[in-house]
Amino acid sequence: MTYLTKPKFHHPDLPKNELGYTHRDYEGTVSTLCAGCGHDSITGAIIAACFELSIEPHRVAKISGIGCSSKTPTYFLGNSHGFNSVHGRMPSVLTGANLANRDLIYLGVSGDGDSASIGFGQFAHALRRAVNMVYIVENNGVYGLTKGQFSATADRGSKSKRGFVNTDNSIDLVAIALQLGASFVARSFSGDKQQLVPIIKAAIAHKGAAFIDIISPCVAFNNHAGSTKSFDFVREHNEAVNRLDYMSSRMPIEVTYEPGTVEVVEQHDGSKLTLRKLAADYEITDRTAALGFLQQHAAKGQIVTGLLYVEKGPQDLHAHLRTVEAPLNTLNEAELCPGQATLEAFNASLR
Amino acid sequence: MKNTDISAPDYFHKVVDCQWACPAHTPVPEYIRLIAAGRYSDAYMINWKSNVFPGILGRTCDRPCEPACRRVRVEDEPVAICRLKRVAADYKDDITARLPKPAARKNGKRVALVGAGPASLTVARDLAPLGYHCVVFDGDKKAGGMIRTQIPKFRLPDSVIDEETGYILGLGVEFRGGKRIESMKALLAEGWDAVFVGSGAPRGRDLDIPGRKEAAKNIHIGIDWLSSVSFGHVSKIGKRVIVLGGGNTAMDCCRSARRLGGEDVNVVVRSGFEEMKASPWEKEDAQHEGIPIHNFLVPKAFIHDNGKLTGITFEKVKAEYDDKGRRKLVSAGLPEQHFPCDDVLVAVGQENAFPWIERDCGIEFNEWNMPKVDTRTMASSNPKVFFGGDAAFGPKNIIWAVAHGHEAAVSIDKLLNGEDITDRPLPAVELMSQKMGIHEWSYDNEIALDQRYKVPLRDKVVALKDIKAEVELGFDAKLALAEAGRCLNCDVQTVFTAQLCIECDACVDICPMDCITFTVNSEEAELRKRLNAPSHNLSQDLYVQDGLKTGRIMAKDEDVCLHCGLCAERCPTGAWDMQKFLLDMTYAGNSCRPQRRSAA
Ligand SMILES: Cc1cc2nc3c(=O)[nH]c(=O)nc-3n(C[C@H](O)[C@H](O)[C@H](O)COP(=O)(O)OP(=O)(O)OC[C@H]3O[C@@H](n4cnc5c(N)ncnc54)[C@H](O)[C@@H]3O)c2cc1C
Ligand SMILES: Cc1ncc(C[n+]2csc(CCOP(=O)(O)OP(=O)(O)O)c2C)c(N)n1
Ligand code: SF4
Ligand code: SF4
Ligand code: SF4
Ligand SMILES: [Mg+2]
Repeated sequence: MTYLTKPKFHHPDLPKNELGYTHRDYEGTVSTLCAGCGHDSITGAIIAACFELSIEPHRVAKISGIGCSSKTPTYFLGNSHGFNSVHGRMPSVLTGANLANRDLIYLGVSGDGDSASIGFGQFAHALRRAVNMVYIVENNGVYGLTKGQFSATADRGSKSKRGFVNTDNSIDLVAIALQLGASFVARSFSGDKQQLVPIIKAAIAHKGAAFIDIISPCVAFNNHAGSTKSFDFVREHNEAVNRLDYMSSRMPIEVTYEPGTVEVVEQHDGSKLTLRKLAADYEITDRTAALGFLQQHAAKGQIVTGLLYVEKGPQDLHAHLRTVEAPLNTLNEAELCPGQATLEAFNASLR
Repeated sequence: MKNTDISAPDYFHKVVDCQWACPAHTPVPEYIRLIAAGRYSDAYMINWKSNVFPGILGRTCDRPCEPACRRVRVEDEPVAICRLKRVAADYKDDITARLPKPAARKNGKRVALVGAGPASLTVARDLAPLGYHCVVFDGDKKAGGMIRTQIPKFRLPDSVIDEETGYILGLGVEFRGGKRIESMKALLAEGWDAVFVGSGAPRGRDLDIPGRKEAAKNIHIGIDWLSSVSFGHVSKIGKRVIVLGGGNTAMDCCRSARRLGGEDVNVVVRSGFEEMKASPWEKEDAQHEGIPIHNFLVPKAFIHDNGKLTGITFEKVKAEYDDKGRRKLVSAGLPEQHFPCDDVLVAVGQENAFPWIERDCGIEFNEWNMPKVDTRTMASSNPKVFFGGDAAFGPKNIIWAVAHGHEAAVSIDKLLNGEDITDRPLPAVELMSQKMGIHEWSYDNEIALDQRYKVPLRDKVVALKDIKAEVELGFDAKLALAEAGRCLNCDVQTVFTAQLCIECDACVDICPMDCITFTVNSEEAELRKRLNAPSHNLSQDLYVQDGLKTGRIMAKDEDVCLHCGLCAERCPTGAWDMQKFLLDMTYAGNSCRPQRRSAA
């Protein structure tokens, strides 16, 4: 960690976004994580994504569980809402907040321990309920905060820092997310912001349950030879299926691509996901094909990254439940207590 | 881009903006840290070695370092480098024991130095301890040159000049005050091993317009008038005074006039206020003393009443620029303006004059009647004769005179050792890690957001009554500490070792100034477009290193780095380290002997 606060001075010619903010305005307090932690790069990527999207910080709610990863919301978007919940309980707190006020952007930040061990059930239910959120797992294969025990995402056969071999099968959160109906599923790497930032932007724009598994090396406990979550291993085995450019609906498309090499997916808000294909026959709107592709490559020891699946017309929990549009705290007494006649009509409808 | 060679002395030297801009290359941040630590004598000695006149320069330097200070690129105002130097001089202990001793044994070589200004005194300071017999001649009785005769005492008290010229004359230098050299030929005939000419630029330019001769009694040449004031020959002036000119001399003239009875003193300049030669702080000081500055006025005639000056008429002009951007002053087409006055001080420039150098003694002169002098060695076309200070290339300032003096001393030392004076060893460079612990550095890496502190001034009413009362009181220890804290320690360099880097991006993410980028390599112009922050300042280098596992390069734009060391604190592998850069300048003596690394 660093004891000094980051100086207020910034580059004099720093670009400003539509709101007149620089990326420095999206920072939080200085990180207390280990120097070099992958989670800090993810923090950097979230800052970049929110800056580039010109998001008003007070329109964001950051919700997390427990772990080094779950500490990171303190380090970005210092002017947003935040809730640091208990271990593994981020998804239910987020679901509740989202039901109460659908107007905010929900950023769920979790770790592999937080989501694949203690919070596995919560993880599953938030995704299958299609809560409109960005669900980020900062995946380092260990319980970083409690000093490096294997987590449920550690690969079988990988070695701990002290030489123990993991004998349990691992959970691939991307595969589970696909099975559970997440409408936006991606995997990326903390050490590749060029890939990661557009994915986070697209996930924020996506109206539905967006899940991003971000491999994020733990420099203190899981960055050695024999680890499958180290900088070196991930760089060597990274199999990116595509490169994403995110274009908001306000942005004119300037880039021209060779025909056949790109696929454009339009989202509900008019924004466009332009995907430069790297794996020729990869089809990102086919859930079962994605699952198969993932497993074939996993068997070869490859880590598939990129935007892996996106549903064309996603619906979220509010649509399923037909909830009221307005945030609950804006409803007045007349709306909340519509009167005897309405109650009777309603009761009658149930008879 | 090619990998940056950080072992080249210039690379990191350039990063220390102030030191690079200083003609004498004083290690500014090093002495500022010592001041912050209360080690005033140590800070003084570092200055003394480098710029010879810390107490004098700490009050009068033209401070080319300050506009260069990195702080200007990060916020509004530079560190008050110059006035911190004065702090070292004001609060040091007795340092006489730390000065070099007069040479125990003379080496038998005799050097004559003409003029006892800062240039000659620097040469003598550098050569005397090596055993040279240095004899300094000056037409004036006391040493100091224009420092003594021109700079008003309210800016620079005599005691400071006495002290610092005294340190030099105490090194076994022989001073022959009151001895003007009338003939170079005669001097050369005396068989000196080398001659240094530091005779300055003593002639003030005149203004030949109607009325000049008739009203001569009340029209004075600025620099002559100032030296008369300095010597006590002049002690009053009329109530209404006009100073013509916009340089340093004009500013000293108007402020002196204010103290000698001038109640209504006005400065009038031809150019615009912004283009005046005087430094911004000099203009500020004059205005603070109630002296208006009128601009875009060209003097047309001195108006007099039978030889008694009554005023000056001016033509109002305006600036026009041609397509090449050159400025021309053209008439504004307005009626002439008349300024009534009792006395005029003409401060419209200064010139060299060498009436005592015969043109046939082997010293060639150019078309402007200036000696031909080599800018690096300070040698004239006579192999034994060297020039420096204002005598070399026209009027400059004290710190340039010092820098010339050092170079001339190297040349003389090499010449008299039978060495090639053009073979000049590069300065030596040392880099030292400042790491003390995980987050501990041996310098204060926290960045102070404080604005520049103002130097306390003597009460104006009191100051204007006494021409010898120093106006600036100097920083006290507390203010000095606060001001010193603003220094960014630009000499503590970010040093990168590619083999250690795991490309985790921690340094990129923490850097408050977005200096660092990992990217694919390309030519500089293209690379600058792809850095994480705009990179427009081409005078600042990119630090480039390859050898990373992904095949990318690390590119750091030195432009606005705060030297906060956060990159090194966040780096998990120690690929960044903060290392102090120390430049050991080449001076006369051991360091200029040929064995050291030489410039190509
Ligand atoms: C009014 C005024 C204010 C200034 N203020 C500043 C300031 O604030 N800061 C700054 O940095 N610079 C200032 N300067 C400029 C600065 O004084 C000079 O640049 C500097 O003194 C030059 O040093 P020098 O060693 O070349 O010669 P000088 O200081 O000019 O000394 C030359 C000496 O040589 C002597 N001499 C000349 N000819 C002979 C001879 N034939 N025989 C014997 N002796 C001879 C002269 O008597 C004189 O003492 C100012 C100049 C003026 C005119
Ligand atoms: C209910 C509960 N059980 C156990 C713990 C101890 N604990 C703290 S953090 C953590 C694991 C965190 O792992 P992960 O989510 O992967 O975060 P990382 O630190 O690796 O980023 C555990 C088990 C706890 N805080 N609360
Ligand atoms: S901040 Fe300090 S070291 Fe840097 S240029 Fe200014 S005075 Fe020199
Ligand atoms: S010292 Fe390092 S972190 Fe600080 S500004 Fe310079 S490059 Fe950035
Ligand atoms: S923090 Fe260190 S290891 Fe990480 S990218 Fe920067 S220099 Fe490389
Ligand atoms: Mg973990």
